Amino acid sequence: MIRETIGMVFIFIGIAFDFFGVLGLVRLPDVYNRLQAATKCVTFGSAGILFGTFIIQGFNSFGFKALIGITFIFLTSPVAAHAISRAAHRARIPLAKETIVDEYEKDKELKEQTT
Amino acid sequence: MSLAVKSKIVVFVLAIVVWLALTGLGLQEIIAGVLVAAIVSLTAGHFLITTHKQKHMLHRWLYAVLYFFKFLWEMMKANLHVAYIVAHPMLPIKPGIVKIKTKLTKDAAITVLTNSITLTPGTLTVDVNEEKKEIYIHWIDVKATGIDECSKEIGARFESTLTEVFE
Repeated sequence: MIRETIGMVFIFIGIAFDFFGVLGLVRLPDVYNRLQAATKCVTFGSAGILFGTFIIQGFNSFGFKALIGITFIFLTSPVAAHAISRAAHRARIPLAKETIVDEYEKDKELKEQTT
Repeated sequence: MSLAVKSKIVVFVLAIVVWLALTGLGLQEIIAGVLVAAIVSLTAGHFLITTHKQKHMLHRWLYAVLYFFKFLWEMMKANLHVAYIVAHPMLPIKPGIVKIKTKLTKDAAITVLTNSITLTPGTLTVDVNEEKKEIYIHWIDVKATGIDECSKEIGARFESTLTEVFE
């Protein structure tokens, strides 16, 4: 009973963070800022939901799957964000107009001039 | 025993244990698990362990645990920060891509550092320059643009612990 309550609390926290992540995906201006919301809030939110599932289920094969799911989300989500943002920058997708500095672009131009 | 063989055996055992924890014991599961784990460890097993056993294993594990808790704390802050920005009616962002320098040398250490940077407040790793040890980071709320200030602001809080774990 108490275990179910704690698990439910974790699941609700996870859903709340997922909600903020999705809100950020809609509201933020460009692909890089949207990735920020998508990697942080959604990683943490999904991990919260899975952890809540683990607490409700306990140490059976179902709970273990939830734990392993958390590990894989933590390992893969930053890598995916890195790959998407790098590809977007190489495809010359413009940054939002609020952007104040872009060191990556400067260094890329230098490299192209020297080669 | 050569290093590659040792690494392959470790991968095989790890894969089997994880698989059995996921599926439970049964003849079919064991046969399928052994087959797949053998294929995986033979083809990709030599990537896991690349150096010989080092000293201070206990010391490194302690710092790994410390790092884990530090990382969880930073991640909580990151999520509240992003949630605040997203829920704010004016969207108070000041994005930009900055460059930081890292002192870490091992591939695994740099991978962990970049993944941690992506999951912590307002920063997202875009690219790594392996020769110069520079990391390009998209920052949602730029506070400094110089390479030294940025390294201090973003990288330093993880670097000290990671040096103890990996180097």
